[in-house]
Amino acid sequence: MASDLRFEFTADKTKRTISVVREFNGHRQLVWDCHTKSELLDRWFAPKPLTTQTKHMDFRAGGYWHYAMVTPDNEKFWNRLNYKTIDPIDGYTAQDGFCDETGTVNPDLPGSHWDVKFSDLGKLTLVTTVVQYASADSLQAAIDMGLKDGLASTMERLDELLPVLQG
Amino acid sequence: MANHGLVLDNVFHALADPTRRAVIQRLSKGTATISELAEPFDMALPSFVKHISVLERSRLITSRKRGRVRTCSLKNDNLVKAERWFDELRAQWASRYNNLDNLLVKLSGDKNGV
Repeated sequence: MASDLRFEFTADKTKRTISVVREFNGHRQLVWDCHTKSELLDRWFAPKPLTTQTKHMDFRAGGYWHYAMVTPDNEKFWNRLNYKTIDPIDGYTAQDGFCDETGTVNPDLPGSHWDVKFSDLGKLTLVTTVVQYASADSLQAAIDMGLKDGLASTMERLDELLPVLQG
Repeated sequence: MANHGLVLDNVFHALADPTRRAVIQRLSKGTATISELAEPFDMALPSFVKHISVLERSRLITSRKRGRVRTCSLKNDNLVKAERWFDELRAQWASRYNNLDNLLVKLSGDKNGV
């Protein structure tokens, strides 16, 4: 569905960034709510066939979202997003990191800074996410690590499934 | 530390060019001679050799000459890893956003007419 919606995914070597640009068929307040309310995030944030489980959500500057992406085998990958600045309904910035079930961030794993912006595009909403790695080292560490094994194999299954779904 | 940055710049530089990208992909399957590598391309050999030189200077591939034949191989698997990581990350975001498309349809339906 919605294959005509713009989706751009690009890397910038000098800024150590990944930029994700996507249009959504919905008004900005609704798209904002989907990004900032845990009961809605739980319904879409994890890529299929994973699901999202929120353990803690405090959407304010200085607050954080602690959640797991759960595989069909019930393996959990814990993440934590620390909110830095919030400017409803234009955008927010946050620090992303890998953590454990208690929410303790693992400083050895590569974290990234998120800058997410929302704007009107006629009846559509444009969401721009810029993920920036703090240094060349941390981007390299992310590449070396790859997606975690469970997540990577799940995504491979998705790659097999997508052509089937798209007929 | 600085070396990581250098390798990474090379990764993106190499991926930016379709000929060099194809050479890297071919070498990820195993070593090959210059003439084997050049064969799929409609390009004069000196131009092709320049691409090989770029990859070699940036220490992504290495070559060895035996008699008249020069054989190339990947120096490390960093490029392959980077490309794979990028593809996986892209697939993750694409899937995530497809979920959001579906959710937005549902939520708009819930508030029918509002």
